[in-house]
Amino acid sequence: MSHMARAATTTDAFNAVAEPRRRQILDVLATGERPVNDLVLELELAQPQVSKHLKVLREVGLVEVRDEGRQRVYRLNGRPLQPIHDWVREYERTWNERFDSLDQVLEELKKKEEGNGNSGK
Amino acid sequence: METVASSGSAVVSLPSDTEILITREFAAPAHLVYKAFTTPELVKRWWSAKRGEVTIAEIDLRVGGKWRWVMVTDDGFEVAFHGEYREIKPNERIVHTEVYEGAPGGDENPALITMNLAEKDGRTTLTVLTAMATKEGRDLILESGMEAGMQDAYELLEEVAISLK
Repeated sequence: MSHMARAATTTDAFNAVAEPRRRQILDVLATGERPVNDLVLELELAQPQVSKHLKVLREVGLVEVRDEGRQRVYRLNGRPLQPIHDWVREYERTWNERFDSLDQVLEELKKKEEGNGNSGK
Repeated sequence: METVASSGSAVVSLPSDTEILITREFAAPAHLVYKAFTTPELVKRWWSAKRGEVTIAEIDLRVGGKWRWVMVTDDGFEVAFHGEYREIKPNERIVHTEVYEGAPGGDENPALITMNLAEKDGRTTLTVLTAMATKEGRDLILESGMEAGMQDAYELLEEVAISLK
């Protein structure tokens, strides 16, 4: 099975996206940048909670912020997700290689069985 | 359900927040696929994913029986899993627990694996469902960078694709 060592810290992208609300924020931001007030409305959460989640996402670089007049506007930055993306691909590749080997084993088992059948066993 | 196209023919999808499903069709009848999953000499031939050598494939195929599979990668890293059989229906279904030995405390929160085989016209569709029992178990797997990390990752693949454009 595929595996990848990684630091047990609360400030990496894996842990940042493990929280459902934070994933929700990323989902919203994936459709375009938003002022924090819009996020509060869309998530139906209190502003301090939204701000707390945004802080975690900023710490791992998943969101970036800019000031627009009196508003703080947040947008998604997918770069920190690249390692996760790579790791998922690796997991999938592991299983595909496993199954390719299994195909060969099955082909042999089939031939063996057909051979036995032909010889009347 | 989200589906991610694979480079080969296995399909990985996410039925729920705590489950991962792998689906793959084989050009062989179900009893042979079952045999390849339950016979140590055969497991040793395919489970390494071409990355090393399967050194141990212990299979005590009965309800309550234990299993332990170990492989050593080409660069010398040992990857070991073990668990217990919970349900056995020959040529159709195996339910067993799975613990990755690289993560401490894994035995308290084993994942539950349900493997089903469905044969049609001499071909067999294999489904392997990995279910995390508790959030602790999920977090544990997340810590070791295993399957649960993948669930979260899959939900974000779309965002990645969008933001990397």
